Amino acid sequence: MSQIRPVVAGVGTTSYGRLPEMDAYDLGMAALTEALEDCGLGFDALDAVVINRIPDYQRFCEIAGIDPQYVTITPGHGRFAAICIEHAVTLLRSGRYNTVALVYGNNGRSAGDAYGGADDSYGSGGGGLWFPYGMTSPGAFHALMMRRHMELYGTTPEQLAQVPITFRDHASLNPQAVMRDRIDLETYLSARMICEPLRLFDYCLINDGGVALVLTTEERGRDLARPPVHVRGAALQTAFKGSMFPPDDFWAAPLASVAERSLGEAGLSREDMSALMIYDNFAPTVLFSLEGLGYCGRGESGPYVAEGHLALGGRHPTNTSGGHLSESYMQGWALNVEAVRQLRGECGARQVEGAANVHYAAAAPVCSSIIYSTEAS
Amino acid sequence: MTGIEGQDLLPRPRISPDNAPFWEGCREGRLMLPTCTGCGRAHLPPGPVCPFCLSSALDWREAKGTGTISTWTVVHKVWFPIFADRVPYNVIQVQLDEGPRLTARLVESDAPPKVGQRVSVLFEQLDAELAMPAFRPLAG
Repeated sequence: MSQIRPVVAGVGTTSYGRLPEMDAYDLGMAALTEALEDCGLGFDALDAVVINRIPDYQRFCEIAGIDPQYVTITPGHGRFAAICIEHAVTLLRSGRYNTVALVYGNNGRSAGDAYGGADDSYGSGGGGLWFPYGMTSPGAFHALMMRRHMELYGTTPEQLAQVPITFRDHASLNPQAVMRDRIDLETYLSARMICEPLRLFDYCLINDGGVALVLTTEERGRDLARPPVHVRGAALQTAFKGSMFPPDDFWAAPLASVAERSLGEAGLSREDMSALMIYDNFAPTVLFSLEGLGYCGRGESGPYVAEGHLALGGRHPTNTSGGHLSESYMQGWALNVEAVRQLRGECGARQVEGAANVHYAAAAPVCSSIIYSTEAS
Repeated sequence: MTGIEGQDLLPRPRISPDNAPFWEGCREGRLMLPTCTGCGRAHLPPGPVCPFCLSSALDWREAKGTGTISTWTVVHKVWFPIFADRVPYNVIQVQLDEGPRLTARLVESDAPPKVGQRVSVLFEQLDAELAMPAFRPLAG
């Protein structure tokens, strides 16, 4: 393994919400500008750029006025946040590139993205065979998973409700969050059903926004404006076979694989984690992630979240920004920025005191796990 | 999926040379699965080789038509205009006794679906060209 240690040097985010005057290029550019100001680097310092969800890499770099040595572009699927970060880590560890920008711009709210119906291509689009029966949307896919979990393990709607209720509590402390009004169990249960057993508050919030991260080596990061945050471990695992259907194991096998490899690389354990950032496109993915990553036993995530372990002050405060369910659906990107900001101690009222290690993970047909730390291993 | 000209039309699956025998079977009232003549296992989606033993000796064989509900949902949101007067409607996922899974609808049942419920196939003629498998509770 290379001795080069990758760090996050700068982060940038736009406001989130309905921003019709900005397109995905504008949103990504605003975020990247902030990320570079954050670490005190200029656009000319970037020798590699990875673009996500913004339509065209050439146009983006032309507007930025940069000619990086390396560029690539990736699809606007949430699982790609971690894939892009893993890519940046690999570029830096190769020794061939010194400073990598990851840029994400999403104008989905103004563009009217809905993720279901005739344009639905969730995953591979293979599920389109079932449109004649009205089976469409990633929400319905996760509803199928949640129903199975409920019938196999006895998980209840009241337990599931603790995920959106807790994240909304966190969002109430985050000025950047789109939804900050607290909700209680009655509000959760009386909200409309979308796809049973999922209700309104189990769904993420489609919004406009941009996020950027600037990564460099520990050696360079040391001299920059902000304290470097180490990407101490990272791992990916795909689960594509049979993926037009929900996985029977709730992605437990690929999640266990990425957890073991990333924690092993970091030389840390679950008990070392100060906070968790769990990809919450839908509330159930938080339950599946907690089980697959080993924070609770298989089938035990319902009682586990009901015990309050995800709340600020709990065992593992989770999605302290409010996550996709309450801050904004920035497809994993903003959760990675929240990890960095927690480790820098910048989170104000929602700060986890003494945060030293934060675990980001996503449960999806590409499972991912990233361990961020204030210290190198 | 392709083939949606008007908003009021049923969204249609893309029928390709790979999967055509499945849809032809539905029109004839038979549930056909690509099956490996080497290891004997059936699979979906259709592909060039058996995903279990990688043999290319494949044959389309009629399935028994029975299986078990592995999960289900009831959709309340109108995703396709033609479903506006059909919501809420159920969608079930069936694990066929031969192994592969199908997405379909539970019909002829007064109770909600249940994980583990045994079901048997029937075919619904959705329009002049398209028939699709649906399932009813298995008697007994």
